[in-house]
Amino acid sequence: MNILTGNDLATGDVIWWTGEDWSLHVDDAVDVGDKGEEIAQAQAAARNVVVPYVIEAERDGTGIRPAHIKERIRALGPTVRLDLSLKPADPSAGNWVI
Amino acid sequence: MYRYDQYDQAMVDARVAEFRDQTQRRLDGQLSEEQFRPLRLMNGLYLQLHAYMLRVAVPYGTLSGRQMRMLAHIARKYDRDYGHFTTRQNIQFNWIKLSDAPDILAELATVEMHAIQTSGNCIRNISSDQYAGVSVDEVTDPRPLAELLRQWSSFHPEFTYLPRKFKIAVIASPTDRSAMRLHDIGLELVERDGVVGARVFAGGGMGRTPMIAPEIRDFVPFGEIVSYLEACLRVYNRHGRRDNKYKARIKILVHEMGRDEYRRQVEEEFAHMKTLGLDPPLAELERIAAQFAPPPYEAGLADEIDLSDRDFAQWMETQVKPHKVPGYAIVNISLKPIGGIPGDASSAQIDLIADLAERYSFDELRVTHAQNIVLAHVKKADLHAIWRALEAADLATPNLDLISDIIACPGLDYCSLANARSIPVAQKIAQRFADIDRQKELGELKLKISGCINACGHHHAGNIGILGVDRKGVENFQLLLGGSGAEDVALGQIVGPGFDENGVVDAVEKATDVYLAHRIDGERFVDTFRRIGMAPFKEAIYA
Repeated sequence: MNILTGNDLATGDVIWWTGEDWSLHVDDAVDVGDKGEEIAQAQAAARNVVVPYVIEAERDGTGIRPAHIKERIRALGPTVRLDLSLKPADPSAGNWVI
Repeated sequence: MYRYDQYDQAMVDARVAEFRDQTQRRLDGQLSEEQFRPLRLMNGLYLQLHAYMLRVAVPYGTLSGRQMRMLAHIARKYDRDYGHFTTRQNIQFNWIKLSDAPDILAELATVEMHAIQTSGNCIRNISSDQYAGVSVDEVTDPRPLAELLRQWSSFHPEFTYLPRKFKIAVIASPTDRSAMRLHDIGLELVERDGVVGARVFAGGGMGRTPMIAPEIRDFVPFGEIVSYLEACLRVYNRHGRRDNKYKARIKILVHEMGRDEYRRQVEEEFAHMKTLGLDPPLAELERIAAQFAPPPYEAGLADEIDLSDRDFAQWMETQVKPHKVPGYAIVNISLKPIGGIPGDASSAQIDLIADLAERYSFDELRVTHAQNIVLAHVKKADLHAIWRALEAADLATPNLDLISDIIACPGLDYCSLANARSIPVAQKIAQRFADIDRQKELGELKLKISGCINACGHHHAGNIGILGVDRKGVENFQLLLGGSGAEDVALGQIVGPGFDENGVVDAVEKATDVYLAHRIDGERFVDTFRRIGMAPFKEAIYA
């Protein structure tokens, strides 16, 4: 699947396109198919997201997993400070990245 | 310590106001990201992997307790309670909100700090020796020259849009603690016939094409250094490659043009510059030098230290260095606790270090290019009290220049340019060699890790260097051996095929085993490598 990501203009937070809005959680992302660039351009023009772009991902039993490690780290937060990540209570969260 | 004059303060205040307006227009939708990006970068504000990152300039790594305390305040109020000290003697905050950035810069300006020229194709923060002014072997304090160059390079209209970023280091000691020859320009202050001047090296750097800067002038009198640098920059600005960012650094120009031709053109330009009278007047040099006058040291202090406490004695052995004034010492504060993140310090730790600087070190501290902190003027009688305070704050790890004193860039955990994570590798190596007696047995061993070819972690200059690369979406780590950023400068050589995260830790251990098996007469790791060559290391590592 193809999903759309970027950074929130005001906070810099990593965000994911849900089909209607943006979410902090990659599991909320929708498959944008071949419409990614079109949506990205429209959202960039609306100027509430910075440099949106399309990435490849897979959906499995636990949710959506970006194909590349870089995007998995973006989705989680720093693997070396899980207390600063989106899953601070999950000690195994870092394993999801690898 | 340097002090802003009215012009410095006015410029910084004006820049804050300008950026506040630019930021508001971006948030209001009047500016696109394409329009805004160069404006925020000119104020040190990057968009990194997870958030905006603000890089704050610390001129030649020197700052006061008040300034340090402001950094803790910013970490606490605007970030996530910590800051990251960098190899350019700066500090970075990783979790900044765009809407807060103007307020942060305004708060920094109240303590004579800013983020100007911490990004962009301009002359970056001037770096220097963290032992400046107190080293027993220096010919003079290099910081007055570094300060002069800060003033010269800040907002220099001709050098605001160079072909690429430009980094300058200044030292004044035969011992190089600043990786001087791995800078675009390195200056070593020397004394010839009673006159202080500079040896000038140009065209060094790391990155994807590492090069050691060749000497282009063996002596420039102190009063003419600014016009000589002006000439160096002019030739680079004229001929540097703007068509290819990977070939745009001065090291490529000097290499392709040839040192002799580059030098010829610089000399020609220098002869022209001298007619323009650009060098600073003596009164200005004296004004700057007065800002760096030695603090009021006490005379007749005792030199004896009670070393009966084993842990204190161990810390003394690694972290404390000789001071040029009797009764005083230089204290190195490690930001490399075993298993920690190299260069990171919490707000509380930053505040504590500020307290110690104010109370015990004439209100002055330095950030080192190895991501540690230095208190440069400590009475020997106060060392035990300082150690106890540091120990209580997890800042007393006795590992300076040992294998766990690792330089590591933020890597893929934070950086949008990185291809692999650096920090977990640093943590695993530090944990593998956690036993301090084992580290001391290995002796001086500088290990440096970069998460991409840009070499922010100085892997080329590591006795052991590690470079993280991306192999089809999987982290892979190349091992390099034999590099040095010191006066015996050398570039590390790649050992062979790379490893996964655990494999590179094993490979590091095998390299140290080879060293221990072959070393003679107290050789350092790098000495043994140079004597026996790569072959025995390669054989053991890939056995």
